Amino acid sequence: MSFDQLYDLLDRFVPESIDWMVFTVTALILSLAVINAMVLCTALYTWFERRMLGRFQSRIGPNRWGPFGLLQPIADVIKLLVKEDVIPVVADRAVFTLAPVVLLVPALMVFIVIPFGEQSFLGKLNVGVLFILGVTGVNTLAIIMGGWASRNKYALFGAMRGAAMLISYEVPMALSLIGVIILAGSISLVDIVSSQGIFYILVQPLAFLVFMAAASAEMSRAPFDMIESESELGAGYHTEYSGIKYAIFQLAEFMAPLVTAAVATVVFLGGTKGIDPIPGQVWFLLKAFSVVFVLLWVRATWPRLRVDQIMGFAWKGLFPLSVINFFVVAVELFVLQEPDGTITNQSMMIMTGINWVVMVVSIVLIATVLGQGKLQHKLPPQPSSLANMAASEGD
Amino acid sequence: MNLGSGTESTIVLDIAFWVISVSTIIAGLAVVFMKDVFRAALFLVVAFLGTAGLFVLLRAEFLAVVQVIIYVGAISVLILFAILMTRDTEQGSPSNRLRYPAGGVALLFMGAAIFVSFNSDWVLLTEFLQGGVGETPGLSEATVAKVNEVYADTVPVIASLLLRDYVLAFEVVSVLLLAAVIGALALVRER
Repeated sequence: MSFDQLYDLLDRFVPESIDWMVFTVTALILSLAVINAMVLCTALYTWFERRMLGRFQSRIGPNRWGPFGLLQPIADVIKLLVKEDVIPVVADRAVFTLAPVVLLVPALMVFIVIPFGEQSFLGKLNVGVLFILGVTGVNTLAIIMGGWASRNKYALFGAMRGAAMLISYEVPMALSLIGVIILAGSISLVDIVSSQGIFYILVQPLAFLVFMAAASAEMSRAPFDMIESESELGAGYHTEYSGIKYAIFQLAEFMAPLVTAAVATVVFLGGTKGIDPIPGQVWFLLKAFSVVFVLLWVRATWPRLRVDQIMGFAWKGLFPLSVINFFVVAVELFVLQEPDGTITNQSMMIMTGINWVVMVVSIVLIATVLGQGKLQHKLPPQPSSLANMAASEGD
Repeated sequence: MNLGSGTESTIVLDIAFWVISVSTIIAGLAVVFMKDVFRAALFLVVAFLGTAGLFVLLRAEFLAVVQVIIYVGAISVLILFAILMTRDTEQGSPSNRLRYPAGGVALLFMGAAIFVSFNSDWVLLTEFLQGGVGETPGLSEATVAKVNEVYADTVPVIASLLLRDYVLAFEVVSVLLLAAVIGALALVRER
C-alpha cells in the first residue's frame, strides 16, 4: 500500500481542518509497520543464520524452543532484556547510551527509499542511491562513539580499526554504484529498477562483485569482522555493553545483511521485476533472500583477514576494480547510447559481453600484478614481547 | 506525495523548520562551549545534520544528502578519529590567548555572510517584488514554471551546472584534492 492510498483512506473520516494531522498519522502508521516488520525479519534472520551456520559447521544449531527452534530469538531477547544493564563507572554515560541508537537508526532509515513493490515504498526520493550511501556512513560514528565512551582499550582498538576500515570501504562501494547510476541515468531507486531491461548483475558483474565485497566490509561481517574479532579484541567496540543496549547493537548488526540484500536486489537484481503472475513483492523477497544466503555462505566459508590485508584489499584490490568498471561503462555508454541518451536492450547485450571479458581480465590482472604476496605487507617475523615476558622476568 | 503542495502540510513544515533550526543553533553553541572535545565533535555532527534538514525543507534533497555524506560521513569521522588518537582529551580543550581574536574573526565572517545574503540580487526575490505590483505579491508565470522544473528533480540541474557551465572550476578542485592525497601519501611514506 502506498502513502497516497492510505492517506486518501484516512482522509475520508476526518474534517478538512485537521488534514495535516492525517498526513502525520499516515506517515507514522507506515513507518511503524515497516520498522516492526524489519525488526521481526531480523529476529527470524538471527535464527536462520545460526541454524545455517550450524549446518555449515556440521552441527545442529538452536533447535530447542518451538518448532525447529523458531522461538529461539524471542528467548534470546527476553534473556537480554532481563539482564542487568551495566554502565562502567568511568564511561561517558550519555554517549555510551546513545551509541546503540545511532547504529540502529541508519539501518532502519535505509528502508525509507527501498521500493519493496512497484507502488510500495515509504518515500520516493530523487536521490535514493546517495541517500543510502549517506545514511550508512553514519554507522562509523556509532562505532567510534561506542568504543570511545566505554573507556576500554579493546573497545577503543575495535573502534579505531572500524573507523579506518569503514571509511576505506565506502570508496569502492560508492564507485561501484556510480557505474549503475550512469547506465540507469538516474539516482532514484525506482528509476533504477524500471531501467533494468537486463539485470545489472549481468551487465556489470564487476560492479556487483565489488559492491558485495565492500558491503560485507561495511557491515563488518566475516571475513571482514575486524572491528569485533573476538579472538583478538574481546568483542571490539561493544565489549562493555550488556542488557538492552547490547541487544540493540546485535539487532543493528543482524539487520545489516537484510539492508544490504535489499539494496543489492534493487540496484543489481532488478528489484520487483519478474515473471508476471507472481507479484513483484514476492520476487523482491525471493531475490533478497538469495542475496542474504550468499552473504551467509561467504561468512561461513572464509577466515578473517588481517588488519593490513583488509586495508590493502580495499585500496589496491577493490578500488582499481571499481574505477575500471566505471571507466569501461562510461566509454561503452558514450559509444552505444541512442541520440536521445537511452540504451536499447540490444546495446546492453553488447555491453554485457564486453563487461564479462573486462571483469575476468581485470581481476586476473590485478591478482597477478599485486599478487598474494604483494597485497600483504611483508614484515620480518618478530617474536611477541608478551611471549618473552616470563623469560625476561626470570632473569 | 503532496508534501508542501497544499495547506495540510504547511503546519508540519513549520514545526519541522523551528525544531531543526533551534536544535542546529543549540548544537552550534554547544560545539563552542563544551569542555569535552569528543562531545563537542558529536554536537558538530548534530549541527551538520540540522543543516541537511534545512536543505530538505528547501526541497534541495541532493544538497542535503551530499551534506550528510561529506560532512557527517567523512569530515566528522575524521575529526573523531583524530580525537581517538589524542591523549588527555578528558581534561577538555583549554583555550589559549587567541580566544578573543578567533571570536572576532568568527563574528566578522558571520557579519559578512549576513551582509552578502541581504544585499545580493537574488533572481527569485526580484521577480517576487516585481510581481507584487498588484494586490498580492507573486511570481511571474515563467518563473513559476522554471522553479517547478528545477524542484521536480534538482540533480540534473546541478549536474549540468557543475559539469557543463563551471567544469573548469570543478576540475581544478579535483586536481587540488588529488594533490592533497598525493601529498599526504608522500609525507607518511617510508624511505
